[in-house]
Amino acid sequence: MSSLNEKITKQIQATAKSMLDSGKVAAFLGYTKGTLPGTMQPFVARNAEEAQRLCWNSFCVLNLANYLPALLKSLEPPRKRGEPPPEGPLPRVGVLATGCWSRNMVVQIQENQIERDRVVIVGISSRGMVSRRKVEEFVGFQDITSIDEQENSLVVKGNGFEEVINRWDVIRDNCKTCIHPDPVIYDELIGGLSGDRKIPDRFRQVEEIESLTVDQRWEWFQKEISSCIRCYACRNACPLCYCPTCFVDDSRPQWVGKSIDEVDTSLFHILRAYHCAGRCTDCGSCESVCPMGIRMRLLTKKLQKDVFELYGFEPGLDLDTPLPLSTYKMDDPEDFIITDIKKGDQK
Amino acid sequence: MKPFVVEKAQLGDLIDALSKEYEVFGPAQTDKGYYDWQRLDGDRLPEFNNGVTKSSIKTFFFPQPEVLFEFKARANEPDAFRLKEPQCDSATTLLFGVRPCDARSVTLNSMPYANDPYFQKRVSDTVIIGLLCSEGCSTCFCKWIGGSPTGKEGMDVAAIELDDVFFLEPISEKGQQILENVAPVRSPLEKEHEAAEHFLEKAKAQEGTQDTASTLRSKELMHLYEAGFWKQVSEPCINCGTCTFLCPTCYCFDIQDETLRGKGRRIRYWDSCMFPLFTQHASGHNPRGDKLKRVRNRFMHKLKYFPDRFGPVSCVGCGRCVRDCPVNIDIRQVLRTMLEL
Repeated sequence: MSSLNEKITKQIQATAKSMLDSGKVAAFLGYTKGTLPGTMQPFVARNAEEAQRLCWNSFCVLNLANYLPALLKSLEPPRKRGEPPPEGPLPRVGVLATGCWSRNMVVQIQENQIERDRVVIVGISSRGMVSRRKVEEFVGFQDITSIDEQENSLVVKGNGFEEVINRWDVIRDNCKTCIHPDPVIYDELIGGLSGDRKIPDRFRQVEEIESLTVDQRWEWFQKEISSCIRCYACRNACPLCYCPTCFVDDSRPQWVGKSIDEVDTSLFHILRAYHCAGRCTDCGSCESVCPMGIRMRLLTKKLQKDVFELYGFEPGLDLDTPLPLSTYKMDDPEDFIITDIKKGDQK
Repeated sequence: MKPFVVEKAQLGDLIDALSKEYEVFGPAQTDKGYYDWQRLDGDRLPEFNNGVTKSSIKTFFFPQPEVLFEFKARANEPDAFRLKEPQCDSATTLLFGVRPCDARSVTLNSMPYANDPYFQKRVSDTVIIGLLCSEGCSTCFCKWIGGSPTGKEGMDVAAIELDDVFFLEPISEKGQQILENVAPVRSPLEKEHEAAEHFLEKAKAQEGTQDTASTLRSKELMHLYEAGFWKQVSEPCINCGTCTFLCPTCYCFDIQDETLRGKGRRIRYWDSCMFPLFTQHASGHNPRGDKLKRVRNRFMHKLKYFPDRFGPVSCVGCGRCVRDCPVNIDIRQVLRTMLEL
């Protein structure tokens, strides 16, 4: 284990222990070691002993904000529907937050999914998380038996091979293009802040696809999603997806067909992405959890780019700026609306 | 039955010859990088030595979707709403290089689907050429649950990869007939017989004696129904369908009528016990409304309810769910915990 991860792990454990011991929080949400090399498991510590199982490394790829609404609810005393919550403060949750996770927490607060005073946010500036798929690809999808993370490299071993991989080479695409690695809101901080990063071509992947013709783009999209098995891991790993009933599960009316017909699969992916417009922080959870290697994150990245260009807005950077797609302003851009005047212009 | 061999250099010829009668599929690298079932021909050869494929072979037996019947959906048309058998694709399928775990899954799935004409037709129309394993992967555990890396259950032909040849042992009549009538195979030499024997002996020596399935069967597992560990197991679960959809022995489905422009069909498509909708009643009540109940049911179904009804555990130890679970819920850990409690 790298000494940096070891240091962060110890600090997380100590912070969680002290918060749990003092009763400041009823549960602490972090990560624990997985059973396979390159996997971590989201983990809730509820006492000081369990806090010792918390761990940190570059494989914490699922956005922890995802668990917050349900975890907070589970800690409330049971009550009947319509009954008001008990008086006095409700139990709090301590949670780790990198840049994007904290930004999703901001969005959750803005969208009334969590309450700010019920979460104790422990910020960690992110060095970027590693894509397990990129590591697998690097070793030709051979069976990996151990991954030892060093400061800037990974030592990957398997039956009859050992590779030393530069950590940055296998960092996830979203982390490589991330300009906000620091948590935007936090109550405690582990390690220092590293400041915004300057990445001139952070939309390059999207621009490459934009430069294609309409037919080529459609072909790219169809090919990308052709392996989809409709397991909904992308949807379920997303902290923005909290609807009680998802549009794909509605039956009256049924918006989307159920099998892996390409029309249905396309519709699912396009609609899922559009629901994230102006809210997605490019945390990369969706892509990291996809068992079939679909890069659906490029769809939300395109929407992130559009929202940035149209509204000059990036989601979750502060609690006070309202989300552009749930706000109306007289000077909202409307170039994309085909009006009579515009039609006339084209003649 | 009399074994055959095919020279590795002639594998393409064999696949070509088989392609005349069958749609041949085998493991090969996809454009996404990983290995999955791909259509093969003389130029596209199977690629082995990478453990199990991404998807299991259930994709060939439970197509997404299975059309159960078709009908005309306009009342004023003749034969309106009269059910018609779906037009079935006539080509038969040959799967080349099926690992023992996947082959065994067909036998296990045949138990609940014994009277299902759609599944049974696909099984009888499919030829399975298995490939025995010389060593396990870090994620597989077939030995724990009644399987074996050299198991031949469910196969029509069992292949062993030797230095220069594939040793082909017919297991079923169907397998025997195919090998007798396909050109690029020959009888094995004495040394090839010996090498195949040696392969099996070596694999056997490596096999442990851990038989978790039997120990599990001897326990009264219903005592664990209310056990506390289900909360820990299910807590990270995001309720996606990765485990069930990649699992070769998860076979649950839902049914729906689709009508469009006067044409209707009833389809059967994959469903997952991880989805809340799986058990949602029309009244709105959901007997498995929270994820603890759903996660518990998945394991209890595989390890308790299925064996109670059919005998074996409904898991072949391929390790796909272990490998691809987004939150690393590991069935091997669950098994261990269930044995310890």
